[in-house]
Amino acid sequence: MNNHPTTQALFTPPRKSALLLKFLGSMNLAITLLVALSIAAIIGTVLQQNQPYTDYVIKFGPFWFEIFQQLGLYDVYSSGWFLFILFFLVVSTSTCIYRNAPNMLREMREYRQNITLQTIENYSNSYSWQLNHSADEVLHVVKKLFPHHGYSARQKEGNGYTLVSGMRGAGSRLGYVLTHLAIVLICIGGLIDGNAILKAREMLGQIAPETRNLPANEVPAISHLGVNNMSFRGSVSIPEGSQSDVLFINYKDGYLVQELPFSVEVKDFRIEHYNSGQPKSFESDLVIHDERLEKPLVQTIAVNHPLIYDGYSIYQASFSDGGSELELLAWPLLGKSSKAKKIDTKVGADLQMTLFDQSWILETSNFRLFNINPSEDPDKKFKNVGPSMQFKMRNKTGEAKEFLNYMVPVERDGAYFYLSGVRSSPAEEFRYLYVPVDDAGGINRFMSFLHALNDDALLRQIAAKQNFTGSALPSKDSAQFNKAMVRLAGVFVKNGISGVTEQVEKNVPLEKREEVTKLYIRVLQQILGAVYVDVLSKEGVDVSLGVDEEKAAFFDSASAAIGALSRYGSPVYFQLASFKHHQASGLQIAKAPGKNLVYPGCAMLILGVFLMFYAPQQRLWAWLQPTDDGVKFVLAGHAIRNNMDFSTEYQQIREQFERILTS
Amino acid sequence: MNSTQTALQYELNQDSFWKGLSLFDWVWATIVMCGTGYAYSRYASLMDAYEKGILVSAGVGLVALGWRWKSMRGLSLAVFLLSMLGISRYVNGLNDADSDFFLRFLVSSQSAIMWMSALYVLATLTYFVSFIGRSEFAGKVASAMTWSATTMGLVGLMVRWRESYLIGLDVGHIPVSNLYEVFILFSIITALLYLFYERRYQTRALGSFVLLVISAAVAFLLWYTFDRQAADIQPLVPALQSYWMKIHVPANFIGYGAFAIAAMVGTAYLVRAGAEQRHSNGVALTLPSLEILDDLMYKSIALGFAFFTLATILGALWAAEAWGGYWSWDPKETWALIVWLNYAAWLHMRLTKGWRGKPMAAWAIIGLFVTLFAFLGVNMFLSGLHSYGEL
Ligand code: HEM
Repeated sequence: MNNHPTTQALFTPPRKSALLLKFLGSMNLAITLLVALSIAAIIGTVLQQNQPYTDYVIKFGPFWFEIFQQLGLYDVYSSGWFLFILFFLVVSTSTCIYRNAPNMLREMREYRQNITLQTIENYSNSYSWQLNHSADEVLHVVKKLFPHHGYSARQKEGNGYTLVSGMRGAGSRLGYVLTHLAIVLICIGGLIDGNAILKAREMLGQIAPETRNLPANEVPAISHLGVNNMSFRGSVSIPEGSQSDVLFINYKDGYLVQELPFSVEVKDFRIEHYNSGQPKSFESDLVIHDERLEKPLVQTIAVNHPLIYDGYSIYQASFSDGGSELELLAWPLLGKSSKAKKIDTKVGADLQMTLFDQSWILETSNFRLFNINPSEDPDKKFKNVGPSMQFKMRNKTGEAKEFLNYMVPVERDGAYFYLSGVRSSPAEEFRYLYVPVDDAGGINRFMSFLHALNDDALLRQIAAKQNFTGSALPSKDSAQFNKAMVRLAGVFVKNGISGVTEQVEKNVPLEKREEVTKLYIRVLQQILGAVYVDVLSKEGVDVSLGVDEEKAAFFDSASAAIGALSRYGSPVYFQLASFKHHQASGLQIAKAPGKNLVYPGCAMLILGVFLMFYAPQQRLWAWLQPTDDGVKFVLAGHAIRNNMDFSTEYQQIREQFERILTS
Repeated sequence: MNSTQTALQYELNQDSFWKGLSLFDWVWATIVMCGTGYAYSRYASLMDAYEKGILVSAGVGLVALGWRWKSMRGLSLAVFLLSMLGISRYVNGLNDADSDFFLRFLVSSQSAIMWMSALYVLATLTYFVSFIGRSEFAGKVASAMTWSATTMGLVGLMVRWRESYLIGLDVGHIPVSNLYEVFILFSIITALLYLFYERRYQTRALGSFVLLVISAAVAFLLWYTFDRQAADIQPLVPALQSYWMKIHVPANFIGYGAFAIAAMVGTAYLVRAGAEQRHSNGVALTLPSLEILDDLMYKSIALGFAFFTLATILGALWAAEAWGGYWSWDPKETWALIVWLNYAAWLHMRLTKGWRGKPMAAWAIIGLFVTLFAFLGVNMFLSGLHSYGEL
């Protein structure tokens, strides 16, 4: 009844769902999404991700910090809008597959045997012969040559004609399906393994990150993730000989605690080095304690060789100090007593102490056994400058300076120094104090010199002994001069050279400043020199003939170091006397069930892409129509891709037919 | 009927792959198989099953490559002989490089790389002379130079591989581990891809364009060598001690090389299209037709895309083993994704929207800059997990 053509139907608007499908599967949307994804990715690489929030505040100021935070720019790849783009890409690609795949799969198997003569004659690769062979003879040639060139063929007897349809490279259609399906799988797998789920749980109020620095067992339950959490990636630092059954997952400006159904013990952590000093391997001996196991599982892991246990992958990710025990000598930098005090502490410990009537906290944060630094020696790129400790000295107002002290003296320009780096914030580079090493290889001479300069009585005594030849001063003034000299030395020890110049600027009119400064410095050098000689002679060094070059160099370095003490910021100098090294192994533990989708997706993607490019679908048709004096033979070819190559190949096949059939 | 039959039989025989092989092809196969057999018999005890598999497939692959692309036979033999010369001249250790004549002036890795650099630059100039002066002879010389440069580059890498073991058994590794080494790899791969197309399309006009990129790489390499002492062989940091590195890096550089060629073909396209628009009849018209250039550009990008996909996935598998996750949004990874998405968009535009011509050529050129950033810029400007050569 209804089989008369309904012209009207052509003009009824398509249904909404069809429109939606069309939009979702459209190329424009796909390209827009690809570009949007790229831009988002660029933002994520230009702005360093997942840094401490305070760093961002410093960088952008509070106003922009807030805006960028709202936009999720500190963790682009798990921000809502980024996930939204990914989600849309999945939807769009799926729609695309849904719309195209059935056709493509059909086309893969279809030999297009219903094609008309007119169609194949209109192809650009088409040629027609009028031959006086029999149709069977030509058919025989066709059925030999098509397979010979890799075309599988189907024959059809039509109404007064025979059609052989050949096809090659059906794989490219399959390639399309594989490639695009792979994208969907990979994205879904990635979403499962990413922290979209955590985000959702946070939005539902089920979890909240902890921002305080607490031991795992004091972290409130809201920041704990149970063992049933499906996918995560976290890390934990385990000292040698200890074990842990939790992990920490960095989340926003805090962290979450992930519980494990087993506990991991680190028996031993090792670093091996190449001859040149660079690290060669990081290894941990692990023991997995799990009540489901009959006996604990023992295994060594290394970088690139993780342990896979019960769906959890355990990686060697980093290392740190595991509470090394340090013995320090605290040398006072103020006052005149030069006795060092022995102190025991531990990396990670905070030690209360009273120094010069003030309370301080010594916070030891790190110890390193090796410090591999670039070397000036052309034959060796690196050199090991030995152990170092890093610590903070916090005063009673809570301010702290951070220090980095090396244990063994370091060479610079032929002389050796104890190095101590200092900075006021982690953002700064360390500035180094170079304390010269004495003949005995120790720090004692420097300290004696420093404390002699802190000893006013001694200074006065030494000053009195100086005779200022050439200064042409009346003797009444010379007493005053001596006093001035002692004061000058005091200013220098307290505030360095800049203290001296400040003094001049305060008291001397502009036009005379230069002259007076020069005088002051000369006088200062004289008293420092005299004190130094005094220190040497008390040590038992014979100074009657002056000092040798080495001791003179020591004097220069020591004076420079003393001049810099005012900016040092700690009332004592800590010398690392001995240590007991304990390391901690930094493990990363991940559970990523999404990879069961991602990995097959990757395999499909590779296969699909190569199929799509290198198995392009090509078709040949041979149309045979007997005529009065022989046969009409049309050979046509068509390819959807690589048309140029195909044309060349078609020409060759055509010429071959020509040669055979017209021979 | 009979004549048709005979003609058919004749044609079928003519085309047969096996019958098409010449005596020389069989000599080639014999040489390679003997070499492989020798290596196998000598070193099998040191290899695990994978390595044996790789050795045998490398032999078979080389035979097939030499059959399909005859010039590879000469290249392989030259590389083999020169590398053996280099390796055999090291008797007393690395210091021989300063005292032995052959090492010092020809086949120590440093000297070979210098030869490679010089030859690539000369080849570039010669290609230009041939292009502008329409001289076929100069073109042939330029091709020969490019082949020689490639030979020396490969020799340099081979000998360097050996040299790394001379430093220390635990230091030895395949030379694809830092920026210096991969720049050499990049030059060689780009040159080989170009030489393949040169033969396939029977035109040397593109040489001056493609070799320009290689010369730029060489310039960087030289600067890097002399200014930063980058040529020193460094032991591998733990993260790089992995089988994945050996396949991830070369796959990546096939991708980069192909993208570089696509961009230079794109440049040639724009040059020729401009000349046609101006109705000029200058040398630009000796370039292949726009249609061919367009096709070549597509083929290069397709090749690059396929290998870049492979490389990125290999990288992800490696990351899963080394860093504890197959994807960490590390800047290098992320930029690889950006490069990949960019070319995916390019391919879609061409294939589904039928875009052709100048916009696509321009896009291919821009693509090279994006690639360049992923390759170099990330190391220079962004910090991340990839420990690969900092500048
Ligand atoms: C990241 C996502 C995607 C990637 C990596 C990708 C990759 C590819 C590749 C490599 C090709 C082959 C191009 C060629 O042979 O020259 C292709 C073709 C194609 N893609 Fe995508 N694609 C993606 C997303 C999409 C989406 C979302 C759509 C749907 C709108 C789509 C639709 C198509 C179509 C229709 C073809 C042509 C197939 C043919 O005619 O053989 N693709 N894709």
